[in-house]
Amino acid sequence: MFLEVNDLTVDFHTEDGVVHAVDGLSFEVERGSTLGIVGESGSGKSVTNLAVLGLHNPETSKISGSIKLDGKELLGASRSTMERLRGNEIAMIFQDPLTSLSPFHSIGAQIAEVYRKHKGASKSAAWDRAIEMLDRVGIPQPKVRVDHYPHQFSGGMRQRAMIAMALVCDPGLLIADEPTTALDVTVQAQILDLLRDLQEQSGSAIILVTHDLGVVASTAHDVLVMYAGRAVERGTMREVLREPRHPYTWGLLGSMPSLAHPVDVPLRPVRGTPPSLINVPPGCPFHPRCDYMELLGREVCTGERPELSPHRGHGDACYLPLKQKAEIRARAAGKETT
Amino acid sequence: MLRFLIRRVLGAAVILLVISAVTFFLFYAIPADPARLACGKVCPPETLEQARRNLGIDQPLLVQFVSWLSGIFVGRDYEGLGNCPAPCLGFSFVNKAPVFETIMDRMPVTIALTLGAAVIFLIFGVATGIVAALRQGKPLDKIASVSSLIGASVQIYFVGTLAMYFFVYQTQVFHQPKYVPITEDPLGWFNGLLLPWLVLAIIFTANYTRITRSTMVENLNEDSVRTARAKGMRERSVVLRFALRGTLTPIVTIFGVDLGTLIGGAIITETTFGLQGIGRLAVRAVDYSDLPTLMATVLLAAAAIVVMNVVVDSLYAVIDPRVRLS
Repeated sequence: MFLEVNDLTVDFHTEDGVVHAVDGLSFEVERGSTLGIVGESGSGKSVTNLAVLGLHNPETSKISGSIKLDGKELLGASRSTMERLRGNEIAMIFQDPLTSLSPFHSIGAQIAEVYRKHKGASKSAAWDRAIEMLDRVGIPQPKVRVDHYPHQFSGGMRQRAMIAMALVCDPGLLIADEPTTALDVTVQAQILDLLRDLQEQSGSAIILVTHDLGVVASTAHDVLVMYAGRAVERGTMREVLREPRHPYTWGLLGSMPSLAHPVDVPLRPVRGTPPSLINVPPGCPFHPRCDYMELLGREVCTGERPELSPHRGHGDACYLPLKQKAEIRARAAGKETT
Repeated sequence: MLRFLIRRVLGAAVILLVISAVTFFLFYAIPADPARLACGKVCPPETLEQARRNLGIDQPLLVQFVSWLSGIFVGRDYEGLGNCPAPCLGFSFVNKAPVFETIMDRMPVTIALTLGAAVIFLIFGVATGIVAALRQGKPLDKIASVSSLIGASVQIYFVGTLAMYFFVYQTQVFHQPKYVPITEDPLGWFNGLLLPWLVLAIIFTANYTRITRSTMVENLNEDSVRTARAKGMRERSVVLRFALRGTLTPIVTIFGVDLGTLIGGAIITETTFGLQGIGRLAVRAVDYSDLPTLMATVLLAAAAIVVMNVVVDSLYAVIDPRVRLS
């Protein structure tokens, strides 16, 4: 496996108490494949990625577990080791390209400096590389555009520039944190296509963080559904989207509009709000919002915390027997068709 | 960019014209008679009349203003007093010399005092601000904020007098403050100004520490700074090239104002250390009702601020590419 995250736990010490942002999370990503991480705001998606990059402030956060990239342990690696990896082996695309790019430096300078830093290229070679990258991500007139500043770019162009910057050193792992959230829908599709094409050329592993299941469906090979800092379901994209097992995943899918449904079928949002990460509910953290708790009883759902099962392949963290889940799904499907 | 500059310079000229008109009419409205002062204690009426004519104050006010204004560009002849070549800012009957000459005489003192102190407080203030922001909440940060609070609350005549007493009269750590032209004796120039520089810097550093710290703390949390880190940039370059860059705009703003104010005359500092700069000249002009000199110092102070504003506005465009186009 290219990236192996094992039992990752990230705690933040704040004035109000310890925030358990990520709690015992494990996942893997292979070269050339895309893992979609899905979940509501505050489910620990971004925190996980920043931990992979080693960007959490060590003074306010406590990280344990293991993050291995190509067999090398990243947790506890020295600052200079991480600086060599970042932008070179692991690159990140952020959500809002306007605020994420520096307003004071030209697009070309921002791309070229990464290449110079990691590949030791000369100024002019790095500049040529920046132009080449802009061309590769589909920016017209790259020789002119390379001198421009982010505010002279449109939203979609900025995100393309951001992608060019992330890919300039051919990183093995690309982390895209909500890369299309700040963009309008037509541009979203273009950016996702671009990511897919570039992955085919380079064979990078991609972690795609999103709350948009549509994005997952069109881009990801595997899916990890996160809730309150934990994985609640894991599987291939088809498994998770076609035969979802965890009630939270059901909720996410049910709250999404679909063209296949008649327009008068109301959306069913997941009731309640995400839990506080300082006082995470005991047992299954989803139980206060779960519609099926009475099937198992409060004692079961608030008892021992459910782990992802089975360990390999399509698994979810819920005590409901698979058979019962299938029945619930079948009944729900029946209701929809009538 | 060029059009922007031309527009700003023209605007500045208009502002200066308005300021000079306002000061001119205000000062000539005060019931002091320059002719009587010029004429001396025992003054027969015919001599007084003569003095009036010589100074040109027998003319209507508007005519006086126009001839004052044209004097700046073409010079003026004062009958019985002598010629005042352009740029003529008037003739001081107290100093018995064209005002411009006196100003040029005093200018190096004020400029040396201002620039020397400015270099110290800018570098020191920004550096402590950066360190405090990086060590947020740590002892170093607290020391910086407490000392800058103290620095901001003390008065220059207080610190200056104490420093003079302890470091000049008691221990001779510093030389007696005095102004020696740098062309005559560079070391003497430096020694004579060192203490005034440091004392002036103590007062001004605080502001720069505070502003640098608060904007740095903000900028270090910017998305673009996070991106720089995610690209693998070294922490030093993240701090200096990315976070500090966004801090330059507010620093340049207050630096321009401070520099403009100080060039207009560091009255208290010059008085405390007995330096004969523009500030002292202005105070003396008030004491002696030396209206032409007073006019010139006021105009100079205004010009310093206006010019610094144009400089600051142009610097914004250098610092921030987003300002360049709009």
